[in-house]
Amino acid sequence: MGYSFPEEALEHVLWFLSSDKDRNSVSLVCKSWYEIERWCRRRVFVGNCYAVTPEIVIRRFPEVRALEMKGKPHFADFNLVPEGWGAYVYPWISAMSVAYPWLEEIKLKRMVVTDESLELISKSFKNFRVLVLSSCEGFTTDGLASIAANCSNLRELDLRDSEVEDLSGHWLSHFPDNCTSLVSLNMSCSGSEVSFSALERLVARCPNLRTLRLNRAVPLEKLPNLLRRAPQLEELGTGAYSAEIRSDIYSNLAEAFSFCKQLKGLSGFWDVVPAYLPAMYSVCSGLTSLNLSYATLQCPDLTKLVSQCHSLQRLWVLDYIEDSGLEALSASCKDLQELRVFPSDPFGAEPNVFLTEQGLVSVSEGCPKLQSVLYFCRQMSNAALITIAKNRPNMIRFRLCIIEPQVPDYLTLEPLDTGFGAIVKSCKELRRLSMSGLLTDRVFDYIGTHAKKLEMLSIAFAGDSDLGLHHVLSGCDSLRKLEIRDCPFGDKALLANAAKLETMRSLWMSSCSVSYGACKLLGQKMPRLNVEVIDERGPPDSRPDSCPVEKLYVYRTVGGRRIDMPGYVWTMDEDSTLEFS
Amino acid sequence: MAQESELNFKATELRLGLPGTDECEDMMISSVKNNNKRYLSETVEDNNASKDITSPETAPAPKAQIIGWPPVRSYRKNNLQTKKTESETGIFVKVSMDGAPYLRKIDLKIYNGYAELLNALETMFKFTIGEYSEREGYKGSEYAPAYEDKDGDLMLVGDVPWNMFMSSCKKLRIMKGSEARGLGCGV
Repeated sequence: MGYSFPEEALEHVLWFLSSDKDRNSVSLVCKSWYEIERWCRRRVFVGNCYAVTPEIVIRRFPEVRALEMKGKPHFADFNLVPEGWGAYVYPWISAMSVAYPWLEEIKLKRMVVTDESLELISKSFKNFRVLVLSSCEGFTTDGLASIAANCSNLRELDLRDSEVEDLSGHWLSHFPDNCTSLVSLNMSCSGSEVSFSALERLVARCPNLRTLRLNRAVPLEKLPNLLRRAPQLEELGTGAYSAEIRSDIYSNLAEAFSFCKQLKGLSGFWDVVPAYLPAMYSVCSGLTSLNLSYATLQCPDLTKLVSQCHSLQRLWVLDYIEDSGLEALSASCKDLQELRVFPSDPFGAEPNVFLTEQGLVSVSEGCPKLQSVLYFCRQMSNAALITIAKNRPNMIRFRLCIIEPQVPDYLTLEPLDTGFGAIVKSCKELRRLSMSGLLTDRVFDYIGTHAKKLEMLSIAFAGDSDLGLHHVLSGCDSLRKLEIRDCPFGDKALLANAAKLETMRSLWMSSCSVSYGACKLLGQKMPRLNVEVIDERGPPDSRPDSCPVEKLYVYRTVGGRRIDMPGYVWTMDEDSTLEFS
Repeated sequence: MAQESELNFKATELRLGLPGTDECEDMMISSVKNNNKRYLSETVEDNNASKDITSPETAPAPKAQIIGWPPVRSYRKNNLQTKKTESETGIFVKVSMDGAPYLRKIDLKIYNGYAELLNALETMFKFTIGEYSEREGYKGSEYAPAYEDKDGDLMLVGDVPWNMFMSSCKKLRIMKGSEARGLGCGV
């Protein structure tokens, strides 16, 4: 071979590439580039833990330092995935404990993490620094104790939204006295009361602590003790925000907050007592992120609070804020990028607060940078959606949940097709969309035609026929994740667009009209897909082929069928027709 | 016959539903259950005319809950439920009026602010309270509404924010005459 580009030079250049997309492109140029790239990839992201096996990852990337992985389908968050479905991390930890002794980071979402896994992590990786468990479950405070005790260089321990079995609060005391490396600690999901003095000493000896999210059990009157020892904090999650009304507690708290000049983000606020709110006013003007989604404050208190947060970029709040509070928000917070409004009474038959579509319209009018919305409400109109679309063509995430399924436009009683159609037409960079209300096949036509950058779509109680599903699968060029529940979508659209499924991460369909026969056919035709039928009524072949399956989860994989399925999950593969003939 | 064997199969198959039912029947059964619930709540509600705490069975029946809808994560639902039970219990405090033979009891939670509370007291004890000002207290009447706070001190009603008052008020006392003047009641 003639002149060739020296490997060392290429490796040096690749060092600067952090994006997976870029690295994946590099590795496709030629065999030698593939080789060079795989030896220097340090971070791996696995969007679906069953799309690949630990062995395949380890074989291709021998020098990984950081793994990020996701497990269960998103609808598991809403109890649509039965217990024991899978997403166990242990096989990965076990394989990596041998292959990656220098592993530093593990970030997991919606996976089952046992104490055994945590203990193995704590003992296998000498340089372990970052553990993020987002919406995970399966572990207890004993597992946390092993992490605390054995990971001497731990920087981040973040348990956001995970379910931990609280056997004892003593786990925190397992951090050794010489552990001073903590940068981020998020224990907000834990229920147990930790030893406060252990917490205090830990905070005091970690000078780089930037994020501290406490759990509900940490009392408000003790919060100043922590704040005084960590005035460099940038993100704080309070514990319960309530205490006896006493002026000494109040002034102590207010003074402690005033010392925290770097505070950018606040969360917590369980059981909030409004009298103590003014104690935190001194930090409001610097806040960029505020999570009040647990704060059962009423509209006047909420309005007063957000009106002072002029730098706010992200607000999560309950619908107690009402339309008037959102109007105040739109006037005061011109930098707002993300708004999430959660329902205070999701199962009540009647509205309990004065929050309507108007609140969202105001914010879309007043906040030019608004690009990410999650909004629960009880009424919506096409006119409002059209206005929002016109105001905010820069929207990239739009999730609207009208609490009652299939409600029409409350003004015209028409479906909300035109409204959502306006959103996808106007918001050309839209990446994520969740819809609700009365919707016909027409809205899917609009989506297939216009939503070319859409990556994730969530549909519930919508559509009339297979045509709806066909529009989406055939039109949405960038679609990666599609999740559908309770829609009259069946076999035809699914089978006609089978090839599309190989270009996506996953498809979820529950309570639709997909027959067992179609699932078998799909599994047969598409060997690189795992077609999994979830049915708690028993083996699907005890029912006719035409019988619809309860739930269907289809995902592309190079790992073959999985071997850890519970009794109610069946994989449809090439052999399935042979087994049941 | 295929149909017959199908039925037999169904009778013996392992499943999680009631025996002898299938999917369609399950849905029918659940809607019948809901009708019964609604009927029960209607008759009981007629008897519950008072403002007393309604037990969960007598509250208007929520619509049949669909699994996983609305899409709210369980840790958010749990947080709100705790708050709900708290708000169902009232804050009952004794109210005494100087010279009256017996005391009354009121629930502070049902009032939205001082105006409503004082109105209710005026009606209950048949008197008039004067106008409140920070400087002079209640002017224009020989009565002054006072309360005992958590520290046992006698305080004038109206000085602190309503929410703070609700959480620190232990009992109410409507003072009369010269003693009332001492609390800042200018006549």
